[in-house]
Amino acid sequence: MANQQPTTGNPRVDIEYRRRKNAEEMRYQVITFSLMIFLTLMAFAAVGFGDFSSWFIAPFIILLAVVQVIFQLYYFMHMSHKGHEAVQLFLYSGVLVAAVTILAFTTIIWW
Amino acid sequence: MQAEEKFTPETWPASPEKSTLEAKNKFLGFWLFLGGETVLFATLFATYLALKDKVPGTDHALAKDLFEMPLVFLMTMILLTSSLTSVYAMYHMKNFDFKKMQLWLGITVLLGFAFLGLEIYEFNHYVHEFHHTFTSSAFGSAFYTLVGFHGAHVAFGLAWFITLMVRNSKRGLDLYTAPKFYVASLYWHFIDVVWVFIFTVVYLMGMVG
Repeated sequence: MANQQPTTGNPRVDIEYRRRKNAEEMRYQVITFSLMIFLTLMAFAAVGFGDFSSWFIAPFIILLAVVQVIFQLYYFMHMSHKGHEAVQLFLYSGVLVAAVTILAFTTIIWW
Repeated sequence: MQAEEKFTPETWPASPEKSTLEAKNKFLGFWLFLGGETVLFATLFATYLALKDKVPGTDHALAKDLFEMPLVFLMTMILLTSSLTSVYAMYHMKNFDFKKMQLWLGITVLLGFAFLGLEIYEFNHYVHEFHHTFTSSAFGSAFYTLVGFHGAHVAFGLAWFITLMVRNSKRGLDLYTAPKFYVASLYWHFIDVVWVFIFTVVYLMGMVG
């Protein structure tokens, strides 16, 4: 955006500031990635090594998937940044229709 | 700011993916498309869940007979890592470092091909070892439609990245090319989002029974 151009009149200062900011964001992205790997390992371990009933495992691993997808959307895809209001409207509208569809197909198809 | 303007790291804007009107429109339109993709994949997931293990006879393989954890785990790790490498590519895009961006996109593409290769091996295995095909059962149709659609998205994403990388290899970064790379990387992340639900709902829940 045009109003995010260097403001101090000294581009060198701005570029160093921006490089630092980008590097800091990248560090957060790597942390996000480690959390996502951790969630994935938990899901696979729960199924592979855990001795749980399927009534517990299914909701548990779906919850892990939802958390991981939130990380992906809000950090990797930058939805946590400003200027994503319309994006949220579009995506959550899609999620709403998606949820109703899946609910219908898993409950009333074999009724 | 003009789309054709030449930039240096000093004059490169902080948000090049949204610096021109065209870029803003592209960004908005692409997210609208992703909302639609969410619905598309939801209908395929819903169909799969409704038809899971619906086979015509007892000699047909069910989900718990088919899926093997090591292969799915490997595919998951590869795709997840490729999501991080495309984040690295966009990090270098924001720093106006075209060469490093191309390098990380190249790594992303290689990981994508590795994933696709494993998926082809997997489908081939199911068809020849278990006679689990698209037409063998309702379960088979629903499974191959859902996972195959995701695989087709991976293939399309790879073609998209490669086209952008080759076409802009001499042009480099400006406000016309940067939004294109950014949108392609969003698409790649979305493919990963879908895979998270596939490995959870199809494979892990399939192994549980």
